[in-house]
Amino acid sequence: MESSGLRRKILEIKDLHVHFYTYAGVVKAISGISFEIYEGETFCLVGETGCGKSVTSRAITKLIESPGKIVKGQVLLYRDGSPIDLLKLSDEELREIRGKEVAYIFQDPTAALDPLYSVGYQIAETMVAHNTTTWKNAFKKAIDILKSVLIPDPEERVKNYPHELSGGMRQRVVIGISLSNKPRLLIADEPTTAVDVTIQAQILDLLRNLRKEEGMTLLLITHNMGVVAEMCDRVAVMYAGKIVEIGTVHQIFKNPQHPYTKGLLRAVPNPLVRIEKLESIPGTVPNLISPPPGCRFHPRCPYRFDPCDKKEPPLIEVEGGHRVACWLHVK
Amino acid sequence: MGLASEEAYEKKILDRVSDKLVDGIASVISKVRPGWREKNKSKIDEWKLMFYAFNRSPPGIIGATLIIAFILIGLFGPYFAPYSYRNFLYIEYGDTYLVPPGTTVTVTNEQGEIVKEFYFPLGTDKYGRDLLSLILYGARVSLIISLIVIILGVPIGIILGLIAGYFGGKTDEVIMRITDIFLAFPALILAIAFASVLPDRIRPIIVGNEFLKQIFSIVFAADVRDAANFAPILSVILAIVLVWWPGYTRIIRGSVLSARENLYVEAAKALGVSTWKILFKHILPNIISPILVLITLDIGSVILMEAGLSFIGLGAQDPMVDWGKIVYDGAQFFPDRWWLVIFPGFATFLAVLGWNLVGDTLRDVLDPRTRRSIEFKIKKRRSGKQWSRQV
Repeated sequence: MESSGLRRKILEIKDLHVHFYTYAGVVKAISGISFEIYEGETFCLVGETGCGKSVTSRAITKLIESPGKIVKGQVLLYRDGSPIDLLKLSDEELREIRGKEVAYIFQDPTAALDPLYSVGYQIAETMVAHNTTTWKNAFKKAIDILKSVLIPDPEERVKNYPHELSGGMRQRVVIGISLSNKPRLLIADEPTTAVDVTIQAQILDLLRNLRKEEGMTLLLITHNMGVVAEMCDRVAVMYAGKIVEIGTVHQIFKNPQHPYTKGLLRAVPNPLVRIEKLESIPGTVPNLISPPPGCRFHPRCPYRFDPCDKKEPPLIEVEGGHRVACWLHVK
Repeated sequence: MGLASEEAYEKKILDRVSDKLVDGIASVISKVRPGWREKNKSKIDEWKLMFYAFNRSPPGIIGATLIIAFILIGLFGPYFAPYSYRNFLYIEYGDTYLVPPGTTVTVTNEQGEIVKEFYFPLGTDKYGRDLLSLILYGARVSLIISLIVIILGVPIGIILGLIAGYFGGKTDEVIMRITDIFLAFPALILAIAFASVLPDRIRPIIVGNEFLKQIFSIVFAADVRDAANFAPILSVILAIVLVWWPGYTRIIRGSVLSARENLYVEAAKALGVSTWKILFKHILPNIISPILVLITLDIGSVILMEAGLSFIGLGAQDPMVDWGKIVYDGAQFFPDRWWLVIFPGFATFLAVLGWNLVGDTLRDVLDPRTRRSIEFKIKKRRSGKQWSRQV
């Protein structure tokens, strides 16, 4: 913890539980995850589809809709060093934080823009919603924002409607909207899944530069290990609603400890190595209504042994800042 | 082949008129808010395309013509009526005062000189009133009642539907159950109940208030002496409004349920836009086209319902008239004196038909997908024509 100990925390999640009450039973989408994000870093949440990455990101500002419910836990946002529990705030107080201090970029840029309003209007709306400026100034600022997200000819583009823009441009607009109030924490939920590879690189570049320029903290959610390697400072690997391993990007990629992380890394194709068949992790993601007892990964784990199916492994530190939840490392 | 886009859109007179209309509206808005036209260029083009698609639908044009005629007659008809509805001429024709259509009646004095000549294009009713004038006055009552019902009923329905659909849970449950109760109310019986109780309560208020009297007499184009008659009309309006809003609540709740799942609603929420702004700026505008279609179709239904209620004697009272009342009065002479039933009935039919035709066409035109397909169909037909000409 040498490097991160000096830095200030911006967000801390403590023992968060999110359940969805469905007819089939209670889906324990998140069961007891804790992590912290430091000011100025890029933090990644990785994991398979359905492991609870998006739910975690939404729970941060209580955007969980019925039938979902945040059952337990704390989400502490640090403002000048003192924590505020976001889950205890009223709706109105939360509304003021959303989009101003904590902003989101959603997966699908096509759907995240209202088809009825021009791009400029939608950027301005966020600023006006937080009383940052008047409508008139907001429209002028919208042009600067479009310029900052590298949209060519921003004076013309502000007047455009979403359907008149390409997918990459729409995603830039969505990024621009979330940046309009200069948030301290930007949560990007798979920002590049809906765009093609060349644009993906541009969007990631843009996010990286903006983060540097604005001094923002970025929480990036992705299932793409390539994106993680390229963008992140620290990584948390999630599996079935729990964090199985957390560490710096270097620690996770060079020295993965959890069998699941190892499997994930082996499942990434390497263009330099010719292989007959890409490795995959056997089995499927467990049903979260009745998750397997003990370690949730044990039914698919090649290294499982005695305590795995009985007791949940604790998250223990294997080296500075590198923690893993696996019985293999419990001495 | 190089089909130029201007050629693909052959603009007829109607299209030029509607283009001018849109440009006119745009320039008016631009005067109030400078720079609006430049900012909303694509919106203006889409409006023009909407009219263009509308103009391609013959039923739509017929309907629009009927509607415009209905509105103009409703607004100005009473002032151009040859006679007032209070003009009881009592011209004897046979054993009644009923003069058949297209008859010129001359009144002679004792010396046999023609004192006055009356021409009744649509005949007269049992008091010898000119039927054409009565229909013109009746149009006003129908127009006003349908407008008031829509103006009062639709906002109630929209607001409750938005709240029920967006907040869900218990709020939804309570609102929708109340809606169900009102939906279960039979409009006819409610109107009869209202008609028997309300007019006696409202009447003294209207009659005693000089200002209200003046307002209502202007709105219904009626004589101030008929002030007491406004009460039953108001009770009919209230009865229709009470059974009318639940339909809107249901439809809007359904649309909201699907509209709120859109990512842009969640995005707006995540960016801290307030709930009311989300409801009225992001959800309502996105579901407005089915509402507009429903309103258009409903105006026809309200006209019909109002005519039905006054046919059973609940609406306007003598000497005031509306279309249902004329038919009711004429029914006893049917079919010998057919004009009393046929003409007002036909007027009702045309008005309702007009709103229905326009509603149907609007449904196609307001939906961007079907609008696009209409556009492509026109283009295809045009390019096909050109191709055959070249061959």
